[in-house]
Amino acid sequence: MSVTDPSRIRNFSIIAHIDHGKSTLADRLLERTGAISERDMREQVLDTMDIERERGITIKANNVRLKYRTADGAEYALNLIDTPGHVDFSYEVSRSLAACEGALLLADAAQGVQAQTLANAYMAIEAGLEVIPALNKIDLPAAEPERVAGELVGILGGDPDEVLRLSAKTGEGVEALFARLIRDVPPPQGDPNAPLRALVFDSYFDAYRGVVCYVRVKDGRMSAGERLRFMATGEEHNANEVGFLTPRAVPVSVMGPGEVGYLITGVKEIDRIKVGDTITSASHPATVPLPGYDEPKPMVFSGLFPTDGDDFERLREALDKLRLNDASLQYEPESSRALGFGFRCGFLGLLHMEIVRERLEREYNLDLVATAPSVAYRVVLPDGSMVEIHSPQDLPNPGDLAEVQEPFLRVMIIAPSEYIGSIMELVTNARGEMVNMTYLSPERVELIYQIPLAEVVFGFFDNLKSRTRGYGSLDYEVSGYRKSDLVKVDILLNAVPVDAFSAVVHRDKAYEYGKKLVEKLRELIPRQLFDVPIQAAIGARIIARETVRARRKDVLAKCYGGDITRKKKLLEKQKEGKKRMKLVGSVEVPPEAFVAALKVDD
Amino acid sequence: MIERPDSVELAESAGAWKSAYVHIPFCDRVCPYCDFAVVEGRDDTIGRYLGALLSEIDHQPPCPGLDAVFFGGGTPSKFAPASIVAIIERLRRRFGLEPGVEISLEANPEDITPEWAASLVEGGVDRVSLGVQSLDREVLQRLGRRHSPEQALASVSTLRRAGMRSVSVDLIFGTPGESIESWSGTVAGTLESGIDHLSTYALTVEPPTALGRAVRAGAAAPDPDDQADKWELAAEMAHEAGLIRYEVSNHARPGHACRYNLSVWGMGEYLAIGLGAHGFRDGVRTRNVRRLDTYLERVESGIGAVQGSDIVEGWAAELERLMLGTRRAAGVRLGPGGERLVGSPGGQRLIEAGVVVIHGDRLVVARPLLTDAVVRTILSLEEE
Repeated sequence: MSVTDPSRIRNFSIIAHIDHGKSTLADRLLERTGAISERDMREQVLDTMDIERERGITIKANNVRLKYRTADGAEYALNLIDTPGHVDFSYEVSRSLAACEGALLLADAAQGVQAQTLANAYMAIEAGLEVIPALNKIDLPAAEPERVAGELVGILGGDPDEVLRLSAKTGEGVEALFARLIRDVPPPQGDPNAPLRALVFDSYFDAYRGVVCYVRVKDGRMSAGERLRFMATGEEHNANEVGFLTPRAVPVSVMGPGEVGYLITGVKEIDRIKVGDTITSASHPATVPLPGYDEPKPMVFSGLFPTDGDDFERLREALDKLRLNDASLQYEPESSRALGFGFRCGFLGLLHMEIVRERLEREYNLDLVATAPSVAYRVVLPDGSMVEIHSPQDLPNPGDLAEVQEPFLRVMIIAPSEYIGSIMELVTNARGEMVNMTYLSPERVELIYQIPLAEVVFGFFDNLKSRTRGYGSLDYEVSGYRKSDLVKVDILLNAVPVDAFSAVVHRDKAYEYGKKLVEKLRELIPRQLFDVPIQAAIGARIIARETVRARRKDVLAKCYGGDITRKKKLLEKQKEGKKRMKLVGSVEVPPEAFVAALKVDD
Repeated sequence: MIERPDSVELAESAGAWKSAYVHIPFCDRVCPYCDFAVVEGRDDTIGRYLGALLSEIDHQPPCPGLDAVFFGGGTPSKFAPASIVAIIERLRRRFGLEPGVEISLEANPEDITPEWAASLVEGGVDRVSLGVQSLDREVLQRLGRRHSPEQALASVSTLRRAGMRSVSVDLIFGTPGESIESWSGTVAGTLESGIDHLSTYALTVEPPTALGRAVRAGAAAPDPDDQADKWELAAEMAHEAGLIRYEVSNHARPGHACRYNLSVWGMGEYLAIGLGAHGFRDGVRTRNVRRLDTYLERVESGIGAVQGSDIVEGWAAELERLMLGTRRAAGVRLGPGGERLVGSPGGQRLIEAGVVVIHGDRLVVARPLLTDAVVRTILSLEEE
């Protein structure tokens, strides 16, 4: 089989703010090219995980090869590489972009340019891609194509009339889009005679096939059966199968320069394939690898503990498997006096954390207790050395440290200008400092702040949404560590400190935090057989106290001949509910209580 | 010798008794909190229903002589005394009645007349349990009850004068809006009327009732702390009046503990007769159909009323023995399940908290209001 002529290949991504219709547009492209018949059409085919479909977001980058025939009969292979739209996953966007020559920048014609539209556009421009601006949802009554086209041109330059106008829902404008992709996205360049260099831009674990790599051939050819070398890891594997996703997997004998598809080597072990690695031929290896990517760095840490201690090994296996598809997930064993053995896990953000936890529970049938998320602090010790801590309980006592530093974010917010006052108030509460303010138009403003990550983690985005009635959007990047006046707030249950409840808080907020947290815990912890005092403390000083009063009545009034079976069933059901509880000392604590800190602002 | 209601000997011997439960589902008006098998406005079927009860008795497998018979409802007092007597006679003919048999019947105060009472005493009924619920007019109204406090007290005297051996009153506490004074007055008035037995029940919100629907729609629900206060108050007042608490909700003078219920809590066997009635024989719990027309059709066509059954044997039976026995003031023999409880972390916590006390070979719940916490722990015990 011969390889596709690179001049007939176009590799592109769709980049957009969340909910601007990227997945729906992808569906339309699949349908128009016959990649999938309307009969098979499930909404949003590229979102293969249940959670993605339920939440309407794309988590894993995925790719599909579309066969498109122009009016004059020329056939093109259009490789669509999907990207996630949530800020937590922006590093995956950059990975996808490295496999492309062009990007379709999609903006909702009603909502206009949002923070991630901008962030993704800059990322694509930096990656040297041809960016094609497009408006989606032009069928909406609230659409303002002229205004939003103007905003896009303001970022990218060019002519507002050149901005494509689409409705992914009705299919309007899709033919024009194909024409533009063929005209404007540069065909891939690559030397077919050079040694093979192919980029692993993603990987996926299949229970039957093992690790499936998503690859983009840059130079040379990759043939089925060939011995391959992975340049970063130095490992060699056989190309058991190479092929395209249409979206069904179609094996081919060889892939040439510019082609995008999959590779199966038979590797089953986690961590042996590194996303971002360069594949070359074992017999005629290239000398210089392709540029890789920065390893994504976890920003948010949380302890995950199995409710049933016997599930620890199952949790480890499940994390190992998840990590195969998600290089950004990090974890190390952690033990807690309150919760037993579990893992301290690092996530890209809160959404990432929620998704991982949900997948562990749903796909691996684990029952987990999660602790409140925290960020990584840097502690400068009296001797000048520095340690990074991922868990509040590891913060040394005030006498044993010189200073504590916390990560800050450079946060970009785009919102209608009428909300500036409200946003400033929010940011001030979050200990943020303004860096810059720019009017994108008389009605819309871009605000740049420095805000501690720890404050952004706790509901900042939700607050921003509600304060701007949903019109505010946000993107961020890590901007480094700064010294802060931070203290550790401990929680004592029944006079015993519970490590899993400890939190690092700014000194000015510690009192209020402690008070709200013990109030929340009093609501969440059910009444026990005895009074349970709940205290918040900084060191030895108690700063807040509540009491869960002892349960007094826990008995059904009647139990006679007719009630016995029913009563037994009822009590057995209640007993199952009790099983969820974690026994901390002698106190039964529901799993929700360990993330109560997330809710102290409610 | 007159038995103390809470004596260990009584509790243990009751397990060997045989009883019959007869269900009479008819009511003039269904109370908003009631989730028993009851019907309203179906008095046209009373005649057929009596026939079905007699037929069920005839079709029961043989059983040794009965130690207790219990007419529950519904409203058994809606049946003519002659019908009640006919059922008793049929039971006597079919199984025999042991000497000292207790024949108990639930009644609404408004149904009690001297003639009615006299006929029942004559026919062998020796115990009546009156659904008084409260002596506070407002509370009675909230509970959907139709009698007045005066009627309630008068019905006790009527039964006494007719020579009823044992008179019991059912009260409900913790109705939203009921003050502690109201409850105290209800208990005092009831005890003064000269009863032999008192059942005090915390108002319970059952989901499939009018009360359950109202609470789901936002109406006030009973407060467990208020109910705990009222339970304690009633127990104290009953004690002062010479009634001994022998189960979570039941108090009696010596010699007046309800034998039917003692038998149930001791894993004794009982026959089930009537709509929705449950039985327990030879290690099998049975339940009759709950829909009146289905019940009548099935019994009349000879299919029988049993809708389903559960086999209770081995470890499950042991846990059930503990579950039922812990409700009694006399407690329950430890046995393999009790030993297991004592050896478990959950059991130790209950002992440390003073909820469970071990007296020799008996397990006693010292804080009866927390009995279900004990039972849940028992039900989670696994066989070794």
